[in-house]
Amino acid sequence: MDLNTLWFVLVAVLYIGFFILEGFDFGVGILLPFLSRDKDAAQVDLKRRMMINTIGPHWDANEVWLLTAGGATFAAFPMWYATMFSGFYLALFLLLLALIGRGVAFEFRSKDKNPRWRSLWDWLIFVGSLVPALLLGVAFGNLVRGVPIDAEMQYAGGFFTLLNWYALLAGIAAVVTFTLHGAIFLSLKLTGELKEKALAAARRMWPVVVVVLIGLLVATYFETDIRDRLGLNPGVVPLTAMIAILLAGYFIYKKMSGWAFGLTSVTIAFTFVTMFLIMYPRVMISSTNPANSLTIYNASSSDYTLTVMTIVALIFVPIVLIYQAWSYIVFRKRLTSESHLEY
Amino acid sequence: MDALMLSRLQFGVTTVYHFFFVPLTLGLSLMVALMETLYVSSGREIYKQMTKFWGKLFVINFAMGVVTGIVQEFQFGMNWSEYSRFVGDIFGAPLAIEALMAFFLESTFLGIWIFSWDKLSKGLHAAVIWLVAIGANISALWILIANSFMQEPVGYVINDGRAEMVNFFDLIFNPNVWVMFPHTITAGLTTAAFFVMGISAYHLLRKNNPDLFKRSFQVAAVLGTFAVVLVILNGHSQTQHMVESQPMKIAAAEGLYETESPASFSLLTIGNLQGTEEIFSIRLPRMLCLLAYNQLDCEIQGINNLQAQSEQEFGPGNYVPPVPVIYWSFRVMVGAGFLMLGLAAYALFLVMGDSVENHKKSLHLFGWAIALPYLANTAGWIMTELGRVPWVVYGLMKIEDGVSVVVSWGAALLTLIGFTLVYAALMVATIYLLAKFARQAPPPLDIQAPSAAPETIPSLVGAQE
Repeated sequence: MDLNTLWFVLVAVLYIGFFILEGFDFGVGILLPFLSRDKDAAQVDLKRRMMINTIGPHWDANEVWLLTAGGATFAAFPMWYATMFSGFYLALFLLLLALIGRGVAFEFRSKDKNPRWRSLWDWLIFVGSLVPALLLGVAFGNLVRGVPIDAEMQYAGGFFTLLNWYALLAGIAAVVTFTLHGAIFLSLKLTGELKEKALAAARRMWPVVVVVLIGLLVATYFETDIRDRLGLNPGVVPLTAMIAILLAGYFIYKKMSGWAFGLTSVTIAFTFVTMFLIMYPRVMISSTNPANSLTIYNASSSDYTLTVMTIVALIFVPIVLIYQAWSYIVFRKRLTSESHLEY
Repeated sequence: MDALMLSRLQFGVTTVYHFFFVPLTLGLSLMVALMETLYVSSGREIYKQMTKFWGKLFVINFAMGVVTGIVQEFQFGMNWSEYSRFVGDIFGAPLAIEALMAFFLESTFLGIWIFSWDKLSKGLHAAVIWLVAIGANISALWILIANSFMQEPVGYVINDGRAEMVNFFDLIFNPNVWVMFPHTITAGLTTAAFFVMGISAYHLLRKNNPDLFKRSFQVAAVLGTFAVVLVILNGHSQTQHMVESQPMKIAAAEGLYETESPASFSLLTIGNLQGTEEIFSIRLPRMLCLLAYNQLDCEIQGINNLQAQSEQEFGPGNYVPPVPVIYWSFRVMVGAGFLMLGLAAYALFLVMGDSVENHKKSLHLFGWAIALPYLANTAGWIMTELGRVPWVVYGLMKIEDGVSVVVSWGAALLTLIGFTLVYAALMVATIYLLAKFARQAPPPLDIQAPSAAPETIPSLVGAQE
């Protein structure tokens, strides 16, 4: 494996890590208004706080996966970074606004008692979780489908070019999958009524996710060059994603959330692995002329820079994994209504 | 206004805004870590109360730094994609390393710190905030390594129309990094010190929990004096470096149009409206030589001379940065710096005596002085960044060649307005919350409690407990 391929894999790992981790906290944000329903306003607030506190210690560190993925893309494939970030300009602008609102909202919402203050930030948590999930799904849909790129490596479409039906389907797939992933996470972290509600939400979301993911897989045969890439039989990777989501259903109905959570994580990981496999060795597929595609070779940094970055990654990625794992161990206990709620 | 100007304006707005929060994060993380360490080593509740009070303000400020930081990392690609193509081989690496080495560290451990007061042992909990502080300050190092390449490109070759890295260590040991990094870190500490002194002064005036705020004031006065002295010394070495590496910046900062030997220091220079010529000037003879070279005799290149040199080297064009902006931002920064030196020394003098809380007039002064570090931080960066105009990478790439070609005028305008409005709204919310929690003094600790503070408060200054 050459360094360019290694960095393609590393960038993929960073995005996938991000989607697995931030996936569930996007899901919690999307579920926030729905699972907290109650006649009593004080109960609504308490339920929201409990939900937010399940991801309280983790959401920021989870988001750093996206920052690191962006940074790694810049360092290893500057042309990919430059073309994609300038090309998807308005979409990224919306993504940034959503992430800004959401991040501040977690920190600010419970620091004032005014109900309007709180509902404003709660609304931002919901929108700030839904919009990035949708936009990132749309972005990856476009990456595998291809976008217009000219011979100068510049994006030649507009904002609405990105909103084709295939990419939107990928966006919806991301939203429903993360919502299911988040519901299962909540059922692992809460007790009592909220846990039951989270399980009920997972039961309701699961068939939707199955239908949408099957739809996405079928659509992928029509809208991308998956047949040339992976063959008519796509092989073990997409099938693993499918089997995992089907099995997850069994554990959801059996209320075995730990297994279910592991399986939705596998589903997310293998769905994105499939996407990266379709792309490889291209990083931005040109829909106008295959010769204009950016690849891991014509978009990459020099061998020297890739070598430096490889050494840095070999040292720091394991360290990061260890302390992030520790953070989940510290907060392994379920939250109850008696727990001290920081957010 | 064209798309280039809109993108420049957006970068300016988002960066200045981001840097409202960063210095306090850098400095206050260290101070909170120190307070919690005092709690662990002394076991006294008062230090825990201090840690929690300042920790809450730290966390609010930190959140703003984080979310505005995401924009920073993305907009190189969004608005400056041609710049990113040109320097990506070099500039991407420190950004990625910053994320991997620093962002993960500070974010993960801050999450743990906020939520684990009753889950970790005292010592471990204090270690966690130290990791946050280290992460924050390491992130400053990597971003300054990246920025220093724009100020003073080193360790590269131009290959196929882009800059490629040939020596990673040249990048790290870029002399510009090692004058900027200490200056930034100590400026962060200074910011935190004035923040803590100002808020403590507010409570001392109102006799809220004097024990807590007197100690806080003491800690901040000691650290603040130490930090502001270092800021000035570092600033001095930065000037000396700048004379060599970016002579145009120093000439602009001095409003020095004609080469002078020995060079004088400008106390006040008024130029014409275009900032191209001097009309009136009061100067201290030979002082610029002292500043730049630690000697009384030297020659400092003037703007006109440097412009001619640049034209010879790079072809026709305007190589003069906006002189009035550089000149005044330099003076605002230095002026605020020396005011802070005076105030910090005075604060130290006050805490050496036994009753800070009796000096009511002085305490009022410290409340207002919170603005000074913010003024200096902002002015300092405006001078640093506008001082390299017209270059985005000094001597290698001009700003207009770095802007994204596919971002339309309308899109750039939309995002400029969008970021500005959202940032303005967030500023209101942040100041509201900071003011609210800064005013909420925790009640004094119960005197009956076993770990209560003794009647007389031993001074932190000098006295060893």
